[in-house]
Amino acid sequence: MTAQEVFLQQLINGFTTGSYLALIALGYTMVYGIIGLINFAHGDIYALGFFVSLSLLSWMGVTSTLTGGQLVWAIPSVMLLTMLVTGLVNVSVDRIAYRPLRHAPRLAPLITAIGASFVLENIMQNWYGPSQVYYYNIFPTINLAPALLGPQSEILFTTKDIFLFAVTIPLMVALTLFVKHTKIGKSMRATAQDREAAQMMGINIERVIMTTFLIGGALAGAAGMVVGIYLNTGRYLMGFDAGLQAFTAAVVGGIGNIPGAVLGGYLIGFLSALSDQYLSAAWTRATVFALLILFLIFRPSGILGEQIPEKF
Amino acid sequence: MTGWRKGILGFLILLLTVIPGFGDAQQAPKGTIKIYTSWPMQGGMIPEGTAMKRAVDLAVEHSKGVVAGYRIQIVNLDDASPVTGTWDGTIEAENAQKAVADKDAMAYIGTYNSGAAKVSMPITNKAGLVQITPANTYPGLTKPGFEKGEPDIYRPSGQVNYFRTHAADDLQGGAGAAWSKCLGLKRIFVLDDRQLYGKGIADVFDQEARRLGLQVVGHEGVESTAIDFRALLTKVKAAKPDLVYGGFVIDSGGVQIIQQMKALGMFDGGMKFMGPDGLYSPGLVEQATPAAVNNNVYLTFPGLPPDQLPGDAAKRFYNDYKAKYKEEPIGWSLYAYQSTTVILDAVKRAGVKDRAKILSAVRNTKNFPGITGIFSFDKNGDTTVTDMAGYLVKDGKFQFLRVIGKDMKC
Repeated sequence: MTAQEVFLQQLINGFTTGSYLALIALGYTMVYGIIGLINFAHGDIYALGFFVSLSLLSWMGVTSTLTGGQLVWAIPSVMLLTMLVTGLVNVSVDRIAYRPLRHAPRLAPLITAIGASFVLENIMQNWYGPSQVYYYNIFPTINLAPALLGPQSEILFTTKDIFLFAVTIPLMVALTLFVKHTKIGKSMRATAQDREAAQMMGINIERVIMTTFLIGGALAGAAGMVVGIYLNTGRYLMGFDAGLQAFTAAVVGGIGNIPGAVLGGYLIGFLSALSDQYLSAAWTRATVFALLILFLIFRPSGILGEQIPEKF
Repeated sequence: MTGWRKGILGFLILLLTVIPGFGDAQQAPKGTIKIYTSWPMQGGMIPEGTAMKRAVDLAVEHSKGVVAGYRIQIVNLDDASPVTGTWDGTIEAENAQKAVADKDAMAYIGTYNSGAAKVSMPITNKAGLVQITPANTYPGLTKPGFEKGEPDIYRPSGQVNYFRTHAADDLQGGAGAAWSKCLGLKRIFVLDDRQLYGKGIADVFDQEARRLGLQVVGHEGVESTAIDFRALLTKVKAAKPDLVYGGFVIDSGGVQIIQQMKALGMFDGGMKFMGPDGLYSPGLVEQATPAAVNNNVYLTFPGLPPDQLPGDAAKRFYNDYKAKYKEEPIGWSLYAYQSTTVILDAVKRAGVKDRAKILSAVRNTKNFPGITGIFSFDKNGDTTVTDMAGYLVKDGKFQFLRVIGKDMKC
């Protein structure tokens, strides 16, 4: 591989990693925007998406590489079901663990969130065991680089990369449109701006919060399934790691800000890939969290800011 | 409480009072000797920790539970923190203190993690309690020349009380390097999980490979909890090595490294992966898929696996374990069994319930017919048997290729 090819390959790596991080980061940022809570259990909802979709696939007997028509019905149907399940689990977590503490000091729900995270991790650990879990290789992998860049290219850009983009990017666009143009989206924005005033205007706050958890959970579940299909591997603790990075992405982008979370996700993706290549893998985590600290010190409102009047 | 429940309870109480008393009177007039064990029994370690405990129980069962007139009782402790699921120094220290404070405790079998042994060794050493590890492989625990002050800092009393029946990482890393030279794999990229075991073995491999004239083109430590290593592997791929050496255990990233090496097409040009015994587990094939590991992954293991071991002691362990627990004895359970038999043998030779006498009996273990072969302990407390096995994964199984060693001839 030439130096340019290596750089290009790392950009592809960064873009793919950034795509699923951004999808997870959206859940953090939305919940924070609405109730000011850093939902530590959110990363585990992403891991749950991995396990739920894996179970659905094995239950449906879809375990080998799919072709043509199967791809069109199997993946979307499993994904929708997974999103529904993880969305509802996220709503239940809120209903059981956070809602009773809605008016408690901020530290209380934060600690509860850490507790909820442990509960979810232990459920998944007992369900699929503590080891790495293999995810069925259901999506065909064809390297498109020779066709795009000529046969001598050593770049790897496969149909799986395309699949990852084809799922994550439309979901992000759909969320943005939903929040901008629907009635419930409008009430979400109103609640984020000023919860009490929104309530006085007749907005059902609890319903808005429920919707937020439902959408955030569904997006994380989709990310879990996409990562499963993409990497073919996972583990009950995968949500902890991805969650920390996605949380960083949300803060860097400006917590509470939807385009900011997406931008932050991609930024972290690129930064990790380039740091792995040009610094050292041992420094990558330090680089990412140094970025977090720098932002917290010098620009606590993130790249795009919290955008108080137009939070979403 | 209804009548029948009372009846059952009464019967259970009767059982509890009668049976041990009966046993004592018949077979163990001299009392009880307790053997403490300590390693993680939760989180990712549940399968292995349980297998090791079962192996210890089996060794006691093979001795019929009574040695030199003493009833043998196993006290199984867990040194993992419920929060992280991995070993915790504070908990390990408590376990060792508990054993030391128990007058009936005559031996301490542990630990699994070398880092935990650093904590418990000085405690058992001061108390003159014999400690034998079923799994620690960090060389500095017994040998000088690694970290400063080792191993004397673990021996405040000045005498050796810590033993192991398997070879340490310095021998395994060296054996791996010598073997890759024999295999003709000359350009090497070293990866490790930055843990005491993984980094320790990878560092030794790195040094030995350079000493043997192999070219180490890079050495990187990875985040052991991550699952996406594509960016790092792109860097490895660009360095064009013949071999990627990975100092990992089964749940610290090695599986994903192999799987993603396959996905990035790195094995296509004949590149290979080599790893230490931490990856020697059926889970490797299952989790990384046969397509990725077959013919691509070499593994080194200190000693032969249970089903391949010659000798009756090994066959007895393997067959009885499988018969009793309905599964294969995995990973280090073999050494948990062997460590227990060494202690029981020492108790038998000492003949008395006395820590100093039992310790000296363990130290004087000579030509012991263990399951890994006939061995003695050297002055550091290490086994004299250092033959290791080299494997290639083939058809989803670990296929024994040859005996390897640091000074092997090709």
